[in-house]
Amino acid sequence: MLEIKNLHVDVDGKEILKGLNLNIGPGEVHAIMGPNGAGKSTLAYAICGKEGYEITKGSVTFKGKDFLELEANERAGEGVFLGFQYPVEIPGVSNVNFLRAALNSIRKYRGEDEIAAVEFLKLIRAKAAELKMDPEMLKRAVNVGFSGGEKKRNEMIQMAMLDPIFSVLDETDSGLDIDALRIVADGINRMRGDSRSILVITHYQRLLDYVVPDFVHVLSDGKIVKSGDKSLAIRLEKDGYASVGIDESAA
Amino acid sequence: MASTLETRQAVEEVSGDYKYGFVTDIEMVKAPKGLSEDVIRFISAKKEEPEWLLDWRLKAYQKWLKMEEPDWALLDYVKPDFQDIYYYAAPKSADDRPKSLDEVDPELLRTYEKLGISLQEQEVLSGVAVDIVFDSVSVATTFRETLKKKGVIFCSISEAARDYPEIMKKYLGSVVPMADNFYAALNSAVFTDGTFVYIPKGVRCPMELSTYFRINEANTGQFERTLIIADDESYVSYLEGCTAPMRDENQLHAAVVELVVLENAEIKYSTVQNWYPGDKDGKGGIYNFVTKRAACRGENSKVSWTQVETGSAVTWKYPSCILQGDGSVGEFYSVAITNNYQQADTGTKMIHIGKNTSSTIISKGISAGKAQNVYRGLVKVLPNAENTRNFTQCDSLLIGDECGAHTVPYIEAKNPTAQLEHEATTSKISDEQLFYCLQRGLDVEDSVALIVNGFCKEVMMQLPMEFAVEAQKLLGISLEGSVG
Ligand SMILES: Nc1ncnc2c1ncn2[C@@H]1O[C@H](COP(=O)(O)OP(=O)(O)OP(=O)(O)O)[C@@H](O)[C@H]1O
Ligand SMILES: [Mg+2]
Repeated sequence: MLEIKNLHVDVDGKEILKGLNLNIGPGEVHAIMGPNGAGKSTLAYAICGKEGYEITKGSVTFKGKDFLELEANERAGEGVFLGFQYPVEIPGVSNVNFLRAALNSIRKYRGEDEIAAVEFLKLIRAKAAELKMDPEMLKRAVNVGFSGGEKKRNEMIQMAMLDPIFSVLDETDSGLDIDALRIVADGINRMRGDSRSILVITHYQRLLDYVVPDFVHVLSDGKIVKSGDKSLAIRLEKDGYASVGIDESAA
Repeated sequence: MASTLETRQAVEEVSGDYKYGFVTDIEMVKAPKGLSEDVIRFISAKKEEPEWLLDWRLKAYQKWLKMEEPDWALLDYVKPDFQDIYYYAAPKSADDRPKSLDEVDPELLRTYEKLGISLQEQEVLSGVAVDIVFDSVSVATTFRETLKKKGVIFCSISEAARDYPEIMKKYLGSVVPMADNFYAALNSAVFTDGTFVYIPKGVRCPMELSTYFRINEANTGQFERTLIIADDESYVSYLEGCTAPMRDENQLHAAVVELVVLENAEIKYSTVQNWYPGDKDGKGGIYNFVTKRAACRGENSKVSWTQVETGSAVTWKYPSCILQGDGSVGEFYSVAITNNYQQADTGTKMIHIGKNTSSTIISKGISAGKAQNVYRGLVKVLPNAENTRNFTQCDSLLIGDECGAHTVPYIEAKNPTAQLEHEATTSKISDEQLFYCLQRGLDVEDSVALIVNGFCKEVMMQLPMEFAVEAQKLLGISLEGSVG
């Protein structure tokens, strides 16, 4: 599904990703862990096409398409979703209006008709209930005044509504209370399927107890330095990055 | 625009026997170029005005001659040559107008389409000489009948001068004196067009009034003059302008609007201004120099100005409220968008004279391209105005690095009991906000439109429903090409 080869990314003239390789097949869940500043969010942005993340070398292919040719919104239209580490506030725009605009943009990209108002409301109510989200939150401006955990849950309802085939979840588990973590994990698991893939960026093995990954990678200093299965995450949690040969101070 | 269409349909239903009529050929009549007493006499004669109004015009002209064009606004433009302007021209004859939409600027049609304007309406707006057009005369007449039953007077200002001289004499120039400022004096001398509204005591106007229904005045004039009087305990909501882009070969527009609000009465005045802003390089475009003022004369009078200003190359406009009656209320809600080389110097004046008067100012300025946007506002509290309140919020949003936003609030409080609050913010559309929207599938233009509409929400909420939907689309269209 997603194939990243020898990816080099510069931000403000500084090389952050330094030859990263990653292959994610259909139906797979991958987890990326790694020290602060390793380049995890940078990878997420580069995949999604954020301005200012300059690809100097390498390729990103999504379902056989050269992804680097596409604008950020086109990549979203192709079915890629990013759960932001720091969700952005948009004052004056209600969650409902934002989601309707987003959903209709994606449908338009795919040559589909706009969703009927009634159908949309039904859908959003159902998804809010699944995520145990207060429907009142939907009327509020996007992320404005939301607590850290509420913002993360808001990312999840967006994911559920937009129904992507590939999701990058950048520390979606950070800042969640114990119950919320379980609710969010259930939400992620609902997105699993034979034709869907997920890349989870996390610092904690805890989430991976609920969302069991097929592969775990360690990203350090702009490269994937180690890959393994779920046991790798458990080992990291117990023994730290030094146990896989990463010098904390270098990261 | 769609909203007028809706209103039109509503009127059709009321009238029951709506029928199509044929456009009658109107003889082309033009006054000679330039301004003189003779030209003013010509205009007055054409309008079949009474003597007193001609005298009034001539007096204004004499005062205007001694005045100088103001230059304190933060505006940079070539001053118009007042002798190079036609001050009176009858509506265009069919021969001069496009024969079909094929002859109309495709750029204009594209915008109409984005605004969701019907083909029929597009023809009317772009001045296509169609054989069968909506018979505005008969509809306007029916419309007026409905109003008449309530005692509401709604007619052109020339008609009012002939038919209601007492009210006209009493109120014309009573809010904006003929020599109030350079452009107001010019308007007083040469106004050719305009609306008169009188809402009698205790009447709630049964429909929103919009300029559309004035006979033979589909083309908004260059020198418009509007006078609205809301008598005791009455209410009216008035819509001015149109979301559809208006092209006009007249470069200078200098309108005057006077509102008189009596005891416990309320006027809600909404404007969408979308005159031609000039091209991307700043060539062409309308100069829009407007004087708008409301006098709250009775106890608990209320006036509310809402404006969405997206057009014109240069805008100079300060809708104001004179809060004379005790407990009267003034409101000003404004969105001003400037893109490319547009310039806007706009704001309001709230003059607190009566006791317990209050005012609210919400101004949203958006600049993109190389545009300059100024909020200029005055809150003045006179010595006898006990317990007045004002809340002012001025927010500026910048798109790109080459535009400017300026906030110039003047406060003069001569009574110590006044409670005045002022908040101002300046922000930019951040790369983070933009990317967030893009990542959710919105394209750049839709993203900007969404963020800007969010920024303007408090003002947009004040617009009458059918106007608001179009105005929202308009904000996005006005900012096309400003990012990315
Ligand atoms: N504009 C910039 N200029 C210079 N360096 C930058 C810029 N933006 C990001 N970086 C650097 O890139 C590196 C990678 O950042 P990134 O956000 O991808 O880390 P991360 O792995 O997601 O970290 P965390 O676990 O803390 O979220 C960091 O060292 C960061 O300081
Ligand atoms: Mg990160």
